[in-house]
Amino acid sequence: MGFISRGFRGKRRDTASSSRVPPGQYVVTDWPVLSAGPTPRVNVDQWTFSIEGEIDAPKRWTWKEFTALTTENITKDIHCVTKWSKLDTSWKGVSVDTLMDGVDTAAEFTTVFSDGGYTTNLTLDDITGGKAWVAYEFDGQPLHPEHGGPVRFLVPHLYFWKSAKWVRGIRLQKEEHPGFWESNGYHIRGDPWLEQRYWGD
Amino acid sequence: MAGTALLGRLAWQFGTLADIVQETPRVASLYFDIPEWQGHLAGQHVDVRLTADDGYVAERSYSIASPPEDRRVALTVERLEDGEVSPYLVGELRLGDKLELRGPIGGYFVWRAGEDRPLFLIGGGSGVVPLMAMLRHRERMKSKAPTRLLYSSRTLADIIYRQELDGLASAVDGVAVYHTLTREKPEGWTSFTRRVDEAMMQEVAWPKEQMPAVYICGPTTFVEAAASLLVSMGYPPLSIKTERFGATGGSA
Repeated sequence: MGFISRGFRGKRRDTASSSRVPPGQYVVTDWPVLSAGPTPRVNVDQWTFSIEGEIDAPKRWTWKEFTALTTENITKDIHCVTKWSKLDTSWKGVSVDTLMDGVDTAAEFTTVFSDGGYTTNLTLDDITGGKAWVAYEFDGQPLHPEHGGPVRFLVPHLYFWKSAKWVRGIRLQKEEHPGFWESNGYHIRGDPWLEQRYWGD
Repeated sequence: MAGTALLGRLAWQFGTLADIVQETPRVASLYFDIPEWQGHLAGQHVDVRLTADDGYVAERSYSIASPPEDRRVALTVERLEDGEVSPYLVGELRLGDKLELRGPIGGYFVWRAGEDRPLFLIGGGSGVVPLMAMLRHRERMKSKAPTRLLYSSRTLADIIYRQELDGLASAVDGVAVYHTLTREKPEGWTSFTRRVDEAMMQEVAWPKEQMPAVYICGPTTFVEAAASLLVSMGYPPLSIKTERFGATGGSA
Protein backbone atom coordinates (compact mmCIF):
# COMPACT_ATOMS: atom_id res chain seq x y z
CA MET A 1 0.00 0.00 0.00
CA GLY A 2 1.29 3.42 -0.94
CA PHE A 3 0.61 6.84 0.44
CA ILE A 4 -2.10 7.37 3.05
CA SER A 5 -3.59 10.79 3.69
CA ARG A 6 -3.17 11.19 7.46
CA GLY A 7 -6.53 11.57 9.14
CA PHE A 8 -8.65 11.05 6.03
CA ARG A 9 -11.71 8.83 6.42
CA GLY A 10 -13.95 9.87 3.56
CA LYS A 11 -17.62 9.28 3.02
CA ARG A 12 -18.24 5.69 2.01
CA ARG A 13 -20.60 4.90 -0.76
CA ASP A 14 -23.08 2.08 -0.59
CA THR A 15 -21.60 -0.98 -2.22
CA ALA A 16 -24.52 -1.50 -4.58
CA SER A 17 -23.57 1.50 -6.69
CA SER A 18 -19.82 1.55 -6.11
CA SER A 19 -19.18 -0.99 -8.86
CA ARG A 20 -20.86 1.44 -11.26
CA VAL A 21 -18.63 4.36 -10.36
CA PRO A 22 -15.34 4.64 -12.30
CA PRO A 23 -12.06 5.37 -10.47
CA GLY A 24 -11.74 8.88 -9.07
CA GLN A 25 -15.46 9.66 -9.49
CA TYR A 26 -18.14 10.41 -6.89
CA VAL A 27 -21.92 10.20 -7.23
CA VAL A 28 -24.10 13.30 -7.35
CA THR A 29 -27.88 13.52 -7.30
CA ASP A 30 -28.12 16.99 -8.83
CA TRP A 31 -26.73 17.86 -12.22
CA PRO A 32 -23.81 20.30 -12.38
CA VAL A 33 -23.41 22.51 -15.44
CA LEU A 34 -20.02 22.90 -17.13
CA SER A 35 -19.49 24.88 -20.30
CA ALA A 36 -16.61 26.85 -21.75
CA GLY A 37 -18.71 29.90 -22.60
CA PRO A 38 -22.17 31.43 -22.52
CA THR A 39 -25.21 29.24 -23.12
CA PRO A 40 -26.43 29.76 -26.69
CA ARG A 41 -30.17 30.25 -27.21
CA VAL A 42 -31.04 28.01 -30.13
CA ASN A 43 -34.08 28.68 -32.28
CA VAL A 44 -35.50 25.34 -33.43
CA ASP A 45 -37.00 26.98 -36.52
CA GLN A 46 -33.47 27.50 -37.81
CA TRP A 47 -32.01 24.34 -36.32
CA THR A 48 -30.79 21.51 -38.52
CA PHE A 49 -28.78 18.36 -37.90
CA SER A 50 -26.27 17.30 -40.56
CA ILE A 51 -24.02 14.41 -41.40
CA GLU A 52 -21.26 15.61 -43.69
CA GLY A 53 -17.64 15.04 -44.66
CA GLU A 54 -16.72 11.61 -46.03
CA ILE A 55 -20.18 10.82 -47.33
CA ASP A 56 -21.45 10.76 -50.90
CA ALA A 57 -24.73 12.47 -50.18
CA PRO A 58 -24.62 14.61 -47.01
CA LYS A 59 -27.73 14.23 -44.86
CA ARG A 60 -29.64 16.99 -43.17
CA TRP A 61 -32.75 17.11 -41.03
CA THR A 62 -34.85 20.07 -39.94
CA TRP A 63 -36.24 20.15 -36.41
CA LYS A 64 -39.55 18.82 -37.66
CA GLU A 65 -37.92 16.04 -39.62
CA PHE A 66 -35.55 15.16 -36.82
CA THR A 67 -38.19 14.91 -34.13
CA ALA A 68 -40.22 12.64 -36.43
CA LEU A 69 -37.41 10.04 -36.49
CA THR A 70 -37.69 6.86 -34.47
CA THR A 71 -36.59 7.54 -30.90
CA GLU A 72 -35.26 5.38 -28.13
CA ASN A 73 -35.55 5.73 -24.37
CA ILE A 74 -32.09 5.53 -22.86
CA THR A 75 -31.17 5.02 -19.19
CA LYS A 76 -27.45 5.31 -18.55
CA ASP A 77 -24.90 6.41 -15.97
CA ILE A 78 -22.92 9.50 -16.97
CA HIS A 79 -19.42 10.46 -15.86
CA CYS A 80 -17.95 13.98 -16.00
CA VAL A 81 -14.18 14.43 -16.12
CA THR A 82 -14.54 16.97 -13.29
CA LYS A 83 -15.21 13.91 -11.07
CA TRP A 84 -18.96 13.67 -10.68
CA SER A 85 -21.02 10.74 -11.89
CA LYS A 86 -24.78 10.66 -12.12
CA LEU A 87 -26.50 7.27 -12.15
CA ASP A 88 -29.56 6.15 -14.11
CA THR A 89 -30.08 9.31 -16.15
CA SER A 90 -32.99 8.90 -18.56
CA TRP A 91 -33.13 10.39 -22.01
CA LYS A 92 -35.08 10.30 -25.23
CA GLY A 93 -33.23 10.63 -28.48
CA VAL A 94 -32.37 9.26 -31.88
CA SER A 95 -29.71 6.57 -32.11
CA VAL A 96 -26.72 7.50 -34.26
CA ASP A 97 -27.27 4.10 -35.89
CA THR A 98 -30.64 5.39 -37.14
CA LEU A 99 -28.99 8.53 -38.51
CA MET A 100 -26.23 6.53 -40.16
CA ASP A 101 -28.63 4.02 -41.70
CA GLY A 102 -27.66 3.50 -45.34
CA VAL A 103 -24.53 5.65 -45.08
CA ASP A 104 -21.48 4.14 -46.74
CA THR A 105 -18.28 5.84 -45.62
CA ALA A 106 -14.54 5.28 -45.57
CA ALA A 107 -14.29 7.42 -42.44
CA GLU A 108 -13.04 5.94 -39.19
CA PHE A 109 -13.15 9.20 -37.24
CA THR A 110 -15.74 11.89 -36.61
CA THR A 111 -15.97 15.43 -35.34
CA VAL A 112 -19.22 16.23 -33.58
CA PHE A 113 -19.88 19.96 -33.88
CA SER A 114 -22.14 22.41 -32.05
CA ASP A 115 -23.54 25.90 -31.99
CA GLY A 116 -20.91 28.23 -30.64
CA GLY A 117 -18.04 26.45 -32.38
CA TYR A 118 -17.56 23.63 -29.87
CA THR A 119 -16.28 20.37 -31.32
CA THR A 120 -15.34 16.98 -29.97
CA ASN A 121 -13.66 14.08 -31.73
CA LEU A 122 -14.97 10.51 -31.57
CA THR A 123 -14.15 7.40 -33.53
CA LEU A 124 -16.99 6.13 -35.69
CA ASP A 125 -16.79 2.91 -33.69
CA ASP A 126 -17.48 4.84 -30.45
CA ILE A 127 -20.72 6.35 -31.76
CA THR A 128 -22.23 3.40 -33.63
CA GLY A 129 -23.43 -0.01 -32.48
CA GLY A 130 -25.94 1.27 -29.92
CA LYS A 131 -23.44 3.46 -28.07
CA ALA A 132 -24.49 7.02 -28.95
CA TRP A 133 -27.62 9.10 -29.40
CA VAL A 134 -28.72 12.58 -30.33
CA ALA A 135 -30.98 13.41 -27.39
CA TYR A 136 -33.64 16.06 -26.89
CA GLU A 137 -35.50 14.99 -23.76
CA PHE A 138 -34.24 14.44 -20.22
CA ASP A 139 -36.48 12.90 -17.56
CA GLY A 140 -39.44 13.26 -19.90
CA GLN A 141 -38.95 17.01 -20.37
CA PRO A 142 -37.40 19.05 -23.18
CA LEU A 143 -33.69 19.36 -22.57
CA HIS A 144 -32.85 22.65 -20.80
CA PRO A 145 -30.45 25.03 -22.66
CA GLU A 146 -27.92 24.93 -19.79
CA HIS A 147 -27.69 21.19 -20.26
CA GLY A 148 -27.34 21.44 -24.02
CA GLY A 149 -30.92 21.88 -25.17
CA PRO A 150 -32.62 21.75 -27.49
CA VAL A 151 -30.42 18.85 -28.59
CA ARG A 152 -27.20 17.34 -27.28
CA PHE A 153 -25.04 14.42 -28.20
CA LEU A 154 -25.12 11.49 -25.76
CA VAL A 155 -22.25 9.05 -25.64
CA PRO A 156 -22.39 7.84 -22.04
CA HIS A 157 -19.57 5.29 -22.13
CA LEU A 158 -17.05 8.16 -22.47
CA TYR A 159 -16.45 11.19 -20.22
CA PHE A 160 -19.37 13.55 -20.58
CA TRP A 161 -17.53 16.34 -22.43
CA LYS A 162 -17.82 14.00 -25.43
CA SER A 163 -21.62 14.37 -25.17
CA ALA A 164 -21.52 17.74 -26.91
CA LYS A 165 -24.18 20.28 -25.98
CA TRP A 166 -26.16 22.25 -28.61
CA VAL A 167 -25.11 19.69 -31.20
CA ARG A 168 -25.62 20.43 -34.90
CA GLY A 169 -24.01 17.55 -36.71
CA ILE A 170 -21.41 14.88 -37.32
CA ARG A 171 -18.48 15.33 -39.70
CA LEU A 172 -17.11 12.02 -41.01
CA GLN A 173 -13.33 12.02 -41.42
CA LYS A 174 -10.48 9.75 -42.48
CA GLU A 175 -8.14 11.25 -39.89
CA GLU A 176 -8.52 12.09 -36.23
CA HIS A 177 -8.77 15.84 -35.47
CA PRO A 178 -8.67 16.70 -31.77
CA GLY A 179 -11.73 18.67 -30.69
CA PHE A 180 -12.04 21.62 -28.32
CA TRP A 181 -11.21 20.06 -24.93
CA GLU A 182 -9.00 17.47 -26.60
CA SER A 183 -6.86 20.39 -27.83
CA ASN A 184 -6.86 21.93 -24.35
CA GLY A 185 -5.24 19.20 -22.29
CA TYR A 186 -7.96 16.57 -22.21
CA HIS A 187 -7.63 12.99 -23.41
CA ILE A 188 -8.23 12.13 -27.06
CA ARG A 189 -10.68 9.29 -26.21
CA GLY A 190 -11.78 9.75 -22.59
CA ASP A 191 -12.74 6.32 -21.27
CA PRO A 192 -13.74 6.85 -17.61
CA TRP A 193 -13.02 3.22 -16.66
CA LEU A 194 -9.43 3.69 -17.81
CA GLU A 195 -9.40 7.14 -16.16
CA GLN A 196 -8.34 8.75 -19.45
CA ARG A 197 -8.80 12.32 -18.23
CA TYR A 198 -5.83 14.24 -19.59
CA TRP A 199 -3.16 14.09 -22.26
CA GLY A 200 -0.96 11.07 -21.65
CA ASP A 201 -3.36 9.26 -19.29
CA MET B 1 3.61 24.65 -18.65
CA ALA B 2 0.44 23.42 -20.31
CA GLY B 3 2.28 21.96 -23.27
CA THR B 4 4.46 19.68 -21.20
CA ALA B 5 1.46 17.46 -20.67
CA LEU B 6 1.98 16.36 -24.25
CA LEU B 7 5.25 14.75 -23.26
CA GLY B 8 3.71 12.27 -20.91
CA ARG B 9 1.17 11.50 -18.28
CA LEU B 10 0.48 14.17 -15.70
CA ALA B 11 2.04 12.33 -12.81
CA TRP B 12 0.74 12.37 -9.25
CA GLN B 13 3.20 14.19 -7.03
CA PHE B 14 3.46 15.26 -3.44
CA GLY B 15 3.05 18.74 -2.11
CA THR B 16 4.03 19.58 1.46
CA LEU B 17 1.79 22.05 3.23
CA ALA B 18 4.04 24.98 4.08
CA ASP B 19 1.61 27.72 5.05
CA ILE B 20 -2.06 28.28 5.78
CA VAL B 21 -3.78 31.64 5.42
CA GLN B 22 -7.32 31.85 6.76
CA GLU B 23 -9.03 34.11 4.21
CA THR B 24 -12.56 34.10 5.64
CA PRO B 25 -14.28 32.01 8.34
CA ARG B 26 -14.87 29.23 5.80
CA VAL B 27 -12.09 29.75 3.27
CA ALA B 28 -8.37 29.10 3.60
CA SER B 29 -5.40 29.35 1.25
CA LEU B 30 -3.04 26.38 1.43
CA TYR B 31 0.52 26.97 0.25
CA PHE B 32 2.40 23.89 -0.92
CA ASP B 33 6.02 23.17 -1.66
CA ILE B 34 6.01 20.86 -4.69
CA PRO B 35 9.59 19.91 -5.64
CA GLU B 36 8.71 18.55 -9.09
CA TRP B 37 6.26 21.30 -10.05
CA GLN B 38 6.75 22.27 -13.70
CA GLY B 39 4.92 25.57 -13.60
CA HIS B 40 1.43 26.57 -14.58
CA LEU B 41 -0.63 29.29 -16.23
CA ALA B 42 -2.94 31.67 -14.39
CA GLY B 43 -6.41 30.11 -14.37
CA GLN B 44 -5.42 26.43 -14.35
CA HIS B 45 -6.36 23.90 -11.69
CA VAL B 46 -5.04 20.74 -10.05
CA ASP B 47 -6.53 17.40 -9.12
CA VAL B 48 -6.20 16.40 -5.47
CA ARG B 49 -6.30 12.77 -4.34
CA LEU B 50 -6.96 11.63 -0.77
CA THR B 51 -6.41 8.02 0.26
CA ALA B 52 -7.79 6.48 3.48
CA ASP B 53 -5.95 3.73 5.33
CA ASP B 54 -8.23 1.07 3.83
CA GLY B 55 -7.47 2.21 0.29
CA TYR B 56 -10.62 4.30 -0.20
CA VAL B 57 -9.85 7.20 -2.54
CA ALA B 58 -11.52 10.56 -3.21
CA GLU B 59 -10.45 12.99 -5.94
CA ARG B 60 -11.48 16.61 -6.54
CA SER B 61 -10.29 19.56 -8.60
CA TYR B 62 -9.22 22.93 -7.14
CA SER B 63 -8.21 26.14 -8.87
CA ILE B 64 -4.68 27.41 -8.37
CA ALA B 65 -4.64 30.79 -6.62
CA SER B 66 -0.93 31.53 -6.91
CA PRO B 67 0.61 33.11 -10.01
CA PRO B 68 3.12 31.20 -12.13
CA GLU B 69 5.88 33.42 -10.78
CA ASP B 70 5.58 32.28 -7.16
CA ARG B 71 7.66 29.42 -5.79
CA ARG B 72 4.84 27.88 -3.78
CA VAL B 73 1.59 26.64 -5.29
CA ALA B 74 -1.47 27.94 -3.47
CA LEU B 75 -4.95 26.46 -3.45
CA THR B 76 -7.76 28.48 -1.93
CA VAL B 77 -10.44 26.13 -0.65
CA GLU B 78 -13.91 26.79 0.70
CA ARG B 79 -14.89 24.39 3.47
CA LEU B 80 -18.25 22.81 2.70
CA GLU B 81 -19.59 21.20 5.87
CA ASP B 82 -21.28 18.29 4.10
CA GLY B 83 -18.38 17.86 1.69
CA GLU B 84 -15.94 14.99 1.59
CA VAL B 85 -12.63 16.58 0.60
CA SER B 86 -12.86 20.28 1.51
CA PRO B 87 -13.38 19.69 5.28
CA TYR B 88 -10.21 17.60 5.19
CA LEU B 89 -8.21 20.26 3.38
CA VAL B 90 -9.57 23.07 5.56
CA GLY B 91 -9.59 21.67 9.09
CA GLU B 92 -7.62 18.43 9.11
CA LEU B 93 -4.54 19.04 6.95
CA ARG B 94 -1.65 20.45 9.05
CA LEU B 95 1.62 22.16 8.27
CA GLY B 96 4.12 19.56 7.12
CA ASP B 97 1.46 17.12 5.89
CA LYS B 98 1.79 15.77 2.39
CA LEU B 99 -0.97 16.02 -0.20
CA GLU B 100 -1.11 14.06 -3.42
CA LEU B 101 -1.91 16.16 -6.46
CA ARG B 102 -1.35 16.42 -10.18
CA GLY B 103 -1.51 19.26 -12.65
CA PRO B 104 -1.62 21.83 -13.99
CA ILE B 105 -4.86 21.07 -15.83
CA GLY B 106 -6.86 23.07 -18.35
CA GLY B 107 -5.57 25.09 -21.28
CA TYR B 108 -8.64 27.22 -21.97
CA PHE B 109 -9.61 29.26 -18.91
CA VAL B 110 -6.16 30.87 -18.76
CA TRP B 111 -4.79 34.38 -19.12
CA ARG B 112 -1.25 35.34 -20.02
CA ALA B 113 0.36 38.68 -19.22
CA GLY B 114 1.34 40.16 -22.57
CA GLU B 115 -2.24 40.15 -23.72
CA ASP B 116 -2.93 43.85 -23.84
CA ARG B 117 -6.67 43.75 -24.44
CA PRO B 118 -8.69 45.05 -21.51
CA LEU B 119 -9.40 42.32 -19.03
CA PHE B 120 -12.78 41.90 -17.38
CA LEU B 121 -12.92 39.38 -14.56
CA ILE B 122 -16.22 38.41 -12.97
CA GLY B 123 -16.21 36.20 -9.89
CA GLY B 124 -18.89 34.82 -7.60
CA GLY B 125 -17.84 33.53 -4.17
CA SER B 126 -14.83 31.23 -4.36
CA GLY B 127 -15.02 31.62 -8.14
CA VAL B 128 -12.64 34.49 -7.55
CA VAL B 129 -9.76 32.05 -7.00
CA PRO B 130 -8.56 31.47 -10.59
CA LEU B 131 -9.20 35.18 -11.28
CA MET B 132 -6.88 36.01 -8.38
CA ALA B 133 -4.16 33.94 -10.03
CA MET B 134 -4.63 36.15 -13.11
CA LEU B 135 -4.53 39.37 -11.06
CA ARG B 136 -1.39 38.24 -9.24
CA HIS B 137 0.21 37.21 -12.53
CA ARG B 138 -0.65 40.62 -13.97
CA GLU B 139 0.92 42.35 -10.98
CA ARG B 140 4.07 40.21 -10.90
CA MET B 141 4.63 40.72 -14.64
CA LYS B 142 3.90 44.45 -14.38
CA SER B 143 1.29 44.03 -17.12
CA LYS B 144 -0.43 47.22 -18.22
CA ALA B 145 -3.58 45.48 -19.42
CA PRO B 146 -6.47 47.65 -18.19
CA THR B 147 -8.29 45.40 -15.77
CA ARG B 148 -11.60 45.36 -13.92
CA LEU B 149 -12.83 42.83 -11.41
CA LEU B 150 -16.51 42.48 -10.54
CA TYR B 151 -16.72 40.31 -7.45
CA SER B 152 -19.94 39.13 -5.84
CA SER B 153 -19.91 37.89 -2.23
CA ARG B 154 -22.67 37.12 0.23
CA THR B 155 -21.43 39.33 3.05
CA LEU B 156 -18.47 41.53 3.86
CA ALA B 157 -16.93 38.74 5.94
CA ASP B 158 -17.15 36.37 2.96
CA ILE B 159 -14.94 38.48 0.69
CA ILE B 160 -11.82 36.45 -0.07
CA TYR B 161 -8.50 38.32 -0.54
CA ARG B 162 -10.12 41.58 0.55
CA GLN B 163 -6.97 43.36 1.73
CA GLU B 164 -4.90 42.17 -1.20
CA LEU B 165 -7.58 43.33 -3.64
CA ASP B 166 -7.62 46.73 -1.93
CA GLY B 167 -3.86 46.87 -2.41
CA LEU B 168 -4.05 45.93 -6.08
CA ALA B 169 -6.75 48.53 -6.61
CA SER B 170 -4.74 51.33 -5.07
CA ALA B 171 -1.58 50.67 -7.09
CA VAL B 172 -0.53 52.79 -10.04
CA ASP B 173 -1.97 51.18 -13.19
CA GLY B 174 -4.08 49.29 -10.73
CA VAL B 175 -7.08 47.09 -11.09
CA ALA B 176 -10.53 48.56 -10.68
CA VAL B 177 -12.31 46.36 -8.16
CA TYR B 178 -16.10 46.45 -7.90
CA HIS B 179 -17.60 44.52 -5.01
CA THR B 180 -21.21 43.56 -4.68
CA LEU B 181 -22.79 41.98 -1.61
CA THR B 182 -25.93 39.91 -2.06
CA ARG B 183 -26.97 39.27 1.56
CA GLU B 184 -25.81 42.24 3.54
CA LYS B 185 -25.66 46.01 3.43
CA PRO B 186 -23.00 47.01 5.94
CA GLU B 187 -23.00 50.47 7.41
CA GLY B 188 -20.90 52.84 5.33
CA TRP B 189 -20.72 50.41 2.39
CA THR B 190 -20.75 52.41 -0.83
CA SER B 191 -20.50 49.68 -3.45
CA PHE B 192 -23.25 47.46 -4.87
CA THR B 193 -25.57 45.40 -2.69
CA ARG B 194 -27.48 43.20 -5.11
CA ARG B 195 -27.09 40.36 -7.56
CA VAL B 196 -25.34 41.13 -10.82
CA ASP B 197 -27.80 42.77 -13.20
CA GLU B 198 -27.77 44.71 -16.44
CA ALA B 199 -27.44 48.14 -14.85
CA MET B 200 -24.42 46.91 -12.89
CA MET B 201 -22.87 45.42 -16.01
CA GLN B 202 -23.46 48.63 -17.96
CA GLU B 203 -21.65 50.51 -15.24
CA VAL B 204 -18.74 48.15 -14.79
CA ALA B 205 -18.06 46.38 -18.09
CA TRP B 206 -15.58 47.69 -20.65
CA PRO B 207 -17.36 48.96 -23.76
CA LYS B 208 -17.61 46.05 -26.15
CA GLU B 209 -15.83 48.11 -28.82
CA GLN B 210 -12.67 47.69 -26.73
CA MET B 211 -12.88 43.94 -27.28
CA PRO B 212 -12.24 42.92 -23.68
CA ALA B 213 -11.22 39.41 -22.74
CA VAL B 214 -13.84 38.19 -20.27
CA TYR B 215 -13.40 35.48 -17.64
CA ILE B 216 -16.36 34.46 -15.47
CA CYS B 217 -16.11 31.95 -12.63
CA GLY B 218 -18.56 31.01 -9.91
CA PRO B 219 -21.66 28.97 -9.19
CA THR B 220 -23.66 27.93 -12.23
CA THR B 221 -26.54 30.34 -11.76
CA PHE B 222 -24.13 33.24 -11.26
CA VAL B 223 -22.11 32.40 -14.36
CA GLU B 224 -25.23 31.85 -16.46
CA ALA B 225 -26.63 35.21 -15.41
CA ALA B 226 -23.42 37.17 -15.97
CA ALA B 227 -22.61 35.54 -19.32
CA SER B 228 -26.17 35.94 -20.62
CA LEU B 229 -26.19 39.62 -19.68
CA LEU B 230 -22.98 40.25 -21.60
CA VAL B 231 -24.23 38.36 -24.65
CA SER B 232 -27.49 40.31 -24.63
CA MET B 233 -25.41 43.51 -24.43
CA GLY B 234 -23.64 42.51 -27.63
CA TYR B 235 -20.39 40.99 -26.39
CA PRO B 236 -19.22 38.21 -28.74
CA PRO B 237 -19.87 34.84 -27.05
CA LEU B 238 -16.40 33.63 -28.01
CA SER B 239 -14.79 36.48 -26.06
CA ILE B 240 -16.37 35.15 -22.85
CA LYS B 241 -14.67 32.27 -21.08
CA THR B 242 -16.55 30.61 -18.26
CA GLU B 243 -15.82 28.17 -15.50
CA ARG B 244 -18.67 26.90 -13.35
CA PHE B 245 -18.92 24.89 -10.22
CA GLY B 246 -22.26 23.23 -9.88
CA ALA B 247 -24.94 23.50 -7.26
CA THR B 248 -23.24 20.29 -6.25
CA GLY B 249 -20.66 22.28 -4.33
CA GLY B 250 -22.06 20.41 -1.37
CA SER B 251 -20.26 17.24 -2.27
CA ALA B 252 -16.89 18.77 -3.15
